[in-house]
Amino acid sequence: MKAIISFYQSSIGKKWIVALTGLVLVGFVTGHMIGNLQVFLGHEALNRYAAFLQGLGELLWVIRGVLAACIIVHIITTVLLWVQNNAAKPQKYAVNNPQAGSIGARTMIVSGLIIICFLVFHILHFTALSIHPEWKLWEDPDGRHDVYSLVIAGFRNPLESLFYLVGVFLLATHLSHGIQSFIQTLGLRSRKIAEPLTTASPYLAGLLFLGYASIPVGVLLAQHLNLPILQPLAH
Amino acid sequence: MSDTINLTLKVWRQPNASTPGKFVEYPAKNIPTDCSFLEMLDIVNETLVAQNIEPVAFDHDCREGICGMCSLVINGVAHGPEKATTTCQLHMRHFKDGDTVYVEPWRAVAFPLIKDLVVDRTAFERIQQAGGYISARNGSAPDSNSVPIPKQNADCAMDAAACIGCGACVAACPNSSAMLFVSAKVSHLALLPQGQPERTRRAVKMVKTMDAEGFGNCTNYYECEAVCPAEIKSSFISMLNREYVFAAAREAVSEI
Repeated sequence: MKAIISFYQSSIGKKWIVALTGLVLVGFVTGHMIGNLQVFLGHEALNRYAAFLQGLGELLWVIRGVLAACIIVHIITTVLLWVQNNAAKPQKYAVNNPQAGSIGARTMIVSGLIIICFLVFHILHFTALSIHPEWKLWEDPDGRHDVYSLVIAGFRNPLESLFYLVGVFLLATHLSHGIQSFIQTLGLRSRKIAEPLTTASPYLAGLLFLGYASIPVGVLLAQHLNLPILQPLAH
Repeated sequence: MSDTINLTLKVWRQPNASTPGKFVEYPAKNIPTDCSFLEMLDIVNETLVAQNIEPVAFDHDCREGICGMCSLVINGVAHGPEKATTTCQLHMRHFKDGDTVYVEPWRAVAFPLIKDLVVDRTAFERIQQAGGYISARNGSAPDSNSVPIPKQNADCAMDAAACIGCGACVAACPNSSAMLFVSAKVSHLALLPQGQPERTRRAVKMVKTMDAEGFGNCTNYYECEAVCPAEIKSSFISMLNREYVFAAAREAVSEI
């Protein structure tokens, strides 16, 4: 226990905690995106996937608990680091002339805290369904909860779509620094595979942005151009 | 002949740590482009002394780019605009006639200001004392090549050993983190057979001292690497991240 406390108290220990929890969350957002992209395959695929997740029962709550714990530990530790770092350099330079740090790196705390606000809205919107309680009753012809139609109904609201796009954009800028950062922090950057991964980090984040953004953009395009895909079932 | 330039300097003046400081403007007239930044300050100080003004205090020693004594944040960049160059090796030909140049001290809680542009960098000495050494045997020198070292490790250790301990990494880091310095010192010895006996203790104690001295935490901006006059790579920080965790784990297990 003493070893764990002194590890957490050290600067490198905290970095490891941030990196490991971040890694779990990067894994989650990747899987979540791939799962969500099934919306392009129609209501059959997405509703079956949603029913499968709901059918996990207790396991679903274990996964949710682990993710929530990672988010909480990630935030507490980074805020702690942020407070310490501000205290270490109270007086800034008269001329601000950064030579390396990317915009993503410099805005981690801001992007992170806005992402949390977005996350709360997102869970209320599409998981708890507290913003549109009537969505709870929607069912598809197979008797499954019609997640497909409620996703489309949600994104047909341009304001909700815009907020969602801002959220995933900030997530991407956060991860453009975050992905290469955990490689550095977990001590893998000196190895051969790490250098290309570091270069690839902003591209991987961009890919996540495109994947997530394609859904609201697709829904709005399908609505206004009357495309044969992404049309909700009648309720 | 345009061998000389005129500059406007905005220099941080502060008589001591407890008195608030401010920027004071000084003209730097007829500065030969062949002189170094420190020689330019010498010329300006000569004119100040002639006017009965206290000369600007700044750190310097070898003026050959190897001692790590000179500092100065020049227009927001530690050691000025040239890559891999200490302030003493920064020549005035890199400035244009009529430029305004801001000169500031290293800014970090762990480097308290002494006077004007001089800061106290003894925190680095205390980190070194905590573990930046090896136990060498007494007696006659060992035969050369009696301890085989892989060429790759020797090269990498030499890259880390190039650190001159100037503190530019701390000055440039938005968090005032000393990780580039500590990682160079830890990696340099961890890569060599002579550094093995104290390897665990060294990583744990040097990081502990670094934290206690009030340096910030590394958040991977890589500003340190960009300004380092000895071109220490940030991959050494990655190496230290790994080294520290294994050392902390080894120490925790040995205490059971």
